[in-house]
Amino acid sequence: MFKIKPKTTQIIAYSVLLALTFITIAVLVFIILFIFKNGIRELSWSFLTQPTKEMGKEGGILPSIVGTLLVTLFSIIIATPIGVGSAIYLTEYTKGGAIRRIISFGADCLAGMPSIIFGLFGFIFFVIMLKMGWSILSGGLTLAIMILPTIIRTSEEAIKSVPNAYREISYSLGGGKLDTIIKIVLPTALPGILTGVILGIGRAISETAAVIFTAGSSLNMPTSLFSSTRTLAVHFYILAREGISMPKAYGTATVLIIIILLINFIAYRLMHKFISKYY
Amino acid sequence: MIKISIKNLNVFYKNIHALKNINLDVETNEILGIIGPSNSGKSSLLQVINRLSEMNNSKVTGEILLDTESIFSLPINSLRKRVGLIFATPTVLPGSIYKNVTYGPKLHKKFKKSELDELVYFALNTADLWNEVKDRLQESASKLSGGQQQRLCIARILALKPEVIMMDEPSSGLDPISTAKIEGTMVSLKDKYTFILVTNNTKQAARVSSRVAFFLSGEMIEIDKTEKMFTNPKDKRTNDYISGRFG
Repeated sequence: MFKIKPKTTQIIAYSVLLALTFITIAVLVFIILFIFKNGIRELSWSFLTQPTKEMGKEGGILPSIVGTLLVTLFSIIIATPIGVGSAIYLTEYTKGGAIRRIISFGADCLAGMPSIIFGLFGFIFFVIMLKMGWSILSGGLTLAIMILPTIIRTSEEAIKSVPNAYREISYSLGGGKLDTIIKIVLPTALPGILTGVILGIGRAISETAAVIFTAGSSLNMPTSLFSSTRTLAVHFYILAREGISMPKAYGTATVLIIIILLINFIAYRLMHKFISKYY
Repeated sequence: MIKISIKNLNVFYKNIHALKNINLDVETNEILGIIGPSNSGKSSLLQVINRLSEMNNSKVTGEILLDTESIFSLPINSLRKRVGLIFATPTVLPGSIYKNVTYGPKLHKKFKKSELDELVYFALNTADLWNEVKDRLQESASKLSGGQQQRLCIARILALKPEVIMMDEPSSGLDPISTAKIEGTMVSLKDKYTFILVTNNTKQAARVSSRVAFFLSGEMIEIDKTEKMFTNPKDKRTNDYISGRFG
C-alpha cells in the first residue's frame, strides 16, 4: 500500500506554509511597488510643501498632509484614553460576567461595521446636530468612534494576558487595585495596547468614507480644529474618481503609504526599546 | 509571646471546607513549620492570614489576631506590610532588580533616593543576594536564576520591614544550594522576624523550624516541638506521614 513517510509529510507541510507566507508578503510587496512605481516620480520637495492648485491638478498636497495628521492625531487622542479605560474596566473590574460579554459583543459588532455607516452617523450627529460643520473636529470624533472597538479589544487582550501572579504579588505587598493597575498591569500590557493604537492609527489615517462626510474636502490649509480639510485618502479618491490627475493621485497614495510605514516603524522601534528596557 | 493567634478558624471555598476549626498560636521569633500532603489546607491558611483569600470568593469564620488586633479590622495594606507572604513560584515583577525591591515600600510611603538605596542594600544583603547582583541592580530581574529570583522575592518582602514572614513552599522548585541559602537566611533572621514555613519537604521543616504543625485534609492534626514531632508524634497519622507512608 502507498504510504507517505513522516519526513515527506514534514516537507509538504513546510512547503505549503512557506508558500502561504510568501503569498501574503508578495501581495503586500506588489501593492506597495505598484503604487510606488506610479507615484514615485511625482514625489518632490515642492509636491510635499506646496499648497494644492486647480483642484489637485497642479501644486502639492501640503494641506492634505497636515489635515490627515491632524484628524488622525485628534482621533487617537480621543479614542486611546476611552478605549484603554474601558478595557481596564472590562478586565479588572467586571469579573467576566454578563456586562463584559455584552460590551465585548457590542465592540465586536462596532468593529465590523462598514465605515460609511460611521461617516453617515458622524455627518448627522457631529456635523449637523452638534453644528460642528465639516471640520477636523467632526472627522476626528467620527474616526475616534470608529477605531474605539479596535483599541478596546486589543487592550483587553493585552491586559488579560498580564500574568495573574503579578497582580497577586502586588496585592501581597500591600498594593491596592489602582496601584496594581497603574504600576504593574498597564506597563506590562503596554506593548499590546500600543499594537491596538497602531492598528487604530492605520485605520484612521487611511479612512475615506467616514471622513469625506465629516471632515469635508476643503483644499485650504487648516487653521483650527473647526477647519474643513481633505485627508490624503480622500484627496486620492477624488483625484482618481473624478479623473483630475492620475499621476497626482498615485503621488498622494505614495505619500500616504510612506507616512503609514513611517508611523509603524517608529512605533515598533519605541515598543522594542521599551520592552528591552522592561524585561 | 504570641504573635499570631488563630481561633476557631474555618474557611470555605464554595462548597469545599478548606480549613476545619483551626486553633493555632504562632510565637514571636519562632519558625513554625507547617507540613502535610497537598490539599491539606496549609497554603489556604497563609492566604487567609494575608487576606489574599478574599480575592477568590472564600468564606471565613473565626478569628485571627496579630499581636492583639484582629487582622480583619486592620487596613488591608498595613496588614500585608506587617505580614509578608512569599509564594511557591518565585515571580519577579517586570522591571529591574532595584524596582522589584522598592516596589513594595514605595506603595506605603514616599522615600528619598538615598533611603531607597539603603533599603535595597539592606534587603538584598539580608536575603543573601547582594554580592551576586550589586553590579546589575538596574538590569531586568527576570534574567536571574530561579534560586536568585526566590531570594529576590524574599528581599522584596524584607524591604517592607515586616514582622511576620510567611513562606509557601519557598524552595519547591529550587536546587539544593539555593534551598540551603534560603534556609540559612531564615535561621539567621529568626531573632528579628517570626516565620511561618509551609513545606512539602518534611526534612526541611525538621532542619529549620522550632515547632511543627501537621495538617491533613483541612484539619490540624497536631503541633509540637520539632524534635518531639519527628521522634515521638502523638497521632498515628503524623507518624505515618513523616515516615513516608503516605503523602
